[in-house]
Amino acid sequence: MTIAPDKPNATELVVPEGHVKLVIDGVEVVAPKGELLIRTAERLGTVIPRFCDHPLLEPAGACRQCLVEVEMGGRPMPKPQASCTMTVADGMVVKTQLTSPVADKAQQGVMELLLINHPLDCPVCDKGGECPLQNQAIAHGRSDSRFHERKRTFPKPINISTQVLLDRERCVLCQRCTRFSAQIAGDPFIELLERGALQQIGTAPEKPFQSYFSGNTIQICPVGALTSAAYRFRARPFDLVSTPSVCEHCSSGCAERTDWRRGKVQRKLAGDDPQVNEEWICDKGRFAFRYATTADRIKRPLVRDRETGELRESSWTEALQVAAAGLTAAREANGVGVLTGGRLTVEDAYAYSKFARIALHTNDIDFRARPHSAEELEFLSGTTVFTNPDNGVTFGGIESAPAALLVAFEPEEEAPIVFLRLRKAARKGTKVFHLGQFTTPAVEKTLGTLLACVPGAEANAINALPDHAADVVELLSKPGAVILVGERAAVVPGTFTAVARLAERTGARVAWIPRRAGERGALAVGATPNLLPGGRHVANAAARLEVERTWGVEEGSLPATPGRDTTGILEAAASGELSGLVVGGVDPFDLPDPALAEKALAGAGFIVSLELRPSAVTAHADVVLPIAPAVEKAGSYLNWEGRRREFGTTLEGTGSLPDCRVLDTLAVEMDADLFTQTPAASAADLARLGEGAVTGSSLNVAAPLVSPAGPGKAVLATWHRLIGNGSLQVDEPHLAGTARPVVAKVAKTTAAQFGLETGGHVTVSTERGAITLPVETDDLPEGVIWLPTNSGDVTVRATLGAGHGSIVSVSGGSSLGVKS
Amino acid sequence: MFESLKGFGVTFGTMFKKVVTEEYPEVKKVTAPRFHGRHQLNRHPDGLEKCVGCELCAWACPADAIFVEGGDNTEEARYSPGERFGADYQINYLRCIGCGLCIEACPTRSLTMTNEYELADDNRQDLIFTKEDLLAPLLPGMEQPPHPMRLGENEQDYYVNGPRLAKEAQQ
Repeated sequence: MTIAPDKPNATELVVPEGHVKLVIDGVEVVAPKGELLIRTAERLGTVIPRFCDHPLLEPAGACRQCLVEVEMGGRPMPKPQASCTMTVADGMVVKTQLTSPVADKAQQGVMELLLINHPLDCPVCDKGGECPLQNQAIAHGRSDSRFHERKRTFPKPINISTQVLLDRERCVLCQRCTRFSAQIAGDPFIELLERGALQQIGTAPEKPFQSYFSGNTIQICPVGALTSAAYRFRARPFDLVSTPSVCEHCSSGCAERTDWRRGKVQRKLAGDDPQVNEEWICDKGRFAFRYATTADRIKRPLVRDRETGELRESSWTEALQVAAAGLTAAREANGVGVLTGGRLTVEDAYAYSKFARIALHTNDIDFRARPHSAEELEFLSGTTVFTNPDNGVTFGGIESAPAALLVAFEPEEEAPIVFLRLRKAARKGTKVFHLGQFTTPAVEKTLGTLLACVPGAEANAINALPDHAADVVELLSKPGAVILVGERAAVVPGTFTAVARLAERTGARVAWIPRRAGERGALAVGATPNLLPGGRHVANAAARLEVERTWGVEEGSLPATPGRDTTGILEAAASGELSGLVVGGVDPFDLPDPALAEKALAGAGFIVSLELRPSAVTAHADVVLPIAPAVEKAGSYLNWEGRRREFGTTLEGTGSLPDCRVLDTLAVEMDADLFTQTPAASAADLARLGEGAVTGSSLNVAAPLVSPAGPGKAVLATWHRLIGNGSLQVDEPHLAGTARPVVAKVAKTTAAQFGLETGGHVTVSTERGAITLPVETDDLPEGVIWLPTNSGDVTVRATLGAGHGSIVSVSGGSSLGVKS
Repeated sequence: MFESLKGFGVTFGTMFKKVVTEEYPEVKKVTAPRFHGRHQLNRHPDGLEKCVGCELCAWACPADAIFVEGGDNTEEARYSPGERFGADYQINYLRCIGCGLCIEACPTRSLTMTNEYELADDNRQDLIFTKEDLLAPLLPGMEQPPHPMRLGENEQDYYVNGPRLAKEAQQ
């Protein structure tokens, strides 16, 4: 705060270097050079009305609502000035509406002008009750209008995307939305059109407002011109309860505000957290929340009836008894494996980890419900698990980095808020290098450079960087440079080794950015085959002893050999080497080999599933235990930085139980005490363990030799899109409509080679099945075809059984659809 | 002797006083014309609902007795002129204090109060009146929504010229 303290010679303000002294409403203020008048006034507690001004957007001076009287060097400026575009200067004398009748009258005049064409449809407008125009018209406007002419009208709302509706009558042309789209998101699909009284916001014909961040424009719109189809007419702010929450979708851990009433979430808004998401969230985080209220949500425990073989509703007591008996028998037979899925809170994942160790006596637990590798696990358990915001890469670190190398990571699709930071950094000078397959929109929007390689050759490409791209290595050697590794790196052997070597050589810091919210937390609490909570290795006797003592279990009772990973667990279950499975929220079609997963689920003797909705797992489960979705429980996520993102219960009293509570009670039935009755108890139990000693990873996986694909074949590149067939995106038709078009991408030469026409279709097949979809040309390496992993009809894993780097057959196809 | 006659005197005298006993429910009491009774959701002359689901009544309500949720009128199913209609409308008469602030708040004169005062029941559930209970009956010339706008092109016609257009439509 720069207000002078109350002392006798208060007029003698000390002006530090780089600051100026000015007078606002008769009060002397010191402000840093370059600060906007409107913010200096705000620090004094004087709120100047505004519409177009937003602290995270560049000044525009579009609405003229923030007029103040300014005097420079004793000479008053001839007209009131917009305080949102004028920076402070030494000796300036500013009078706001509080002290200057001129400023007040100017503001009232602007308000009157803005209201000439603004319809009086507040009762039907979604913004009513939280509308800056409404509030400021009452605070700073005239009580009646002198304009009696007919208002300018436009046809009522037009869909500028399936989710965003534009009502041009209500628009005050502040350009917050266009500036956000152009500056922050880099999707300038909406712009000012026309001139004069007909000036309006609009999109190009046939070009919808296709942006993963379009929801933010709705939130920052100071009037009701932009509204969302999902929240349209659903509620009023005065009837909503707002609860701070954390996004459960990607690993960024964005702060959110969940608005709900009558036990139902009505909308989500971006929270304000400068260290993480600033004031933005992606559309998935904003609009995908109805999965928790689908009609088929499992509310009661289900037990498979011995006679009919069907699942039937049961009491908790019965279900837990059956589950405990079945799991105990399976444990005594060949053992039980645990698959937790990547969406758990830290507290829930900890309960799984402890449950596996002391109730099931096994290390066969893995959170990775996606393609994975031993190399990845070695990297994660030696390096990533010990990173936190103090010693590792952070959002702020990305922003200030001189260079960033993105390895097998699609920021916009996998962690959109990381993408926004990268773009912000790039606009300030950070060089961004994308090691990928083609120039994605994210490459362009981060002003980045594509380092293209054949899928599977990422490791080779990194190893070859010093020879082929010495400038990249040089930039990465600057202090503060970062390397961001995505989940796809696990598919390509040698990538983590190559990344670690590059980091060693350059001194750049490495961050692993998974796609799901719970992965980093699950790693930290030891929901992996080789780690106990806190990054302690299971093979380390001293670490085991520490955990045994803290948990109060018999010394030497924790299993000492590393367990099986996800694929190992599934193989063992399929072959009968494991007798049972405990499965959290896992979609078998996300796993590297869905056929193996099906076989394992069919073959496992006893399956306990903790689920929200019926799935391929519950179809095989012997006992299904319903659990609470994120809004109905408290907990915390560890985001990719290792930052703890705590949140409380949004919807209280729904009667649903978090995983940690269910597992705690199940463990009691099996004569083990987890002490995880509530998320708070679980967190406290975890906190007693503390962190283990930092180890390190010894990575030594050779980069594979990539052989040419052969005639009629191509190498498959594939990754998940932000908006696709994800299980948390069900029941969101408006959101689904904003997904990017489902197309295959090939190089022009490759298209010619396979006889593919632009605008035609391509059929991609393996021995498992075939997918036919439209094809586009892009700048991919030759002999490579790209498909979205799980969007629309294209389900690469389920249909093809293939993944990133697989060899697939390609032929010109004519008809749409999936054949298998 | 005189004392007992005095007692009869009181009885006799009372016979000529005005009776305060009400014969309710055999004879219903007529209320004052502006009595705050049960609410009513009014209709436009063609039967479309006046309620736009704006929730201002719920905002005004000091007893939190009203719940409203808006809905989107579509070309196929139109309940009110304009974009928005009240999809869900509930008044909880266990909470309502009959203050009438909701009536003052209503921007479309959709919500008014009738003189009906018989609001008692033997269970709580039945005292939560829903939209079906509150909607005004269909008068001659009215049509049960959903149906297209009969009295004009847009909601402006309804609000500005509703009664005149209705009269013209009848003639």
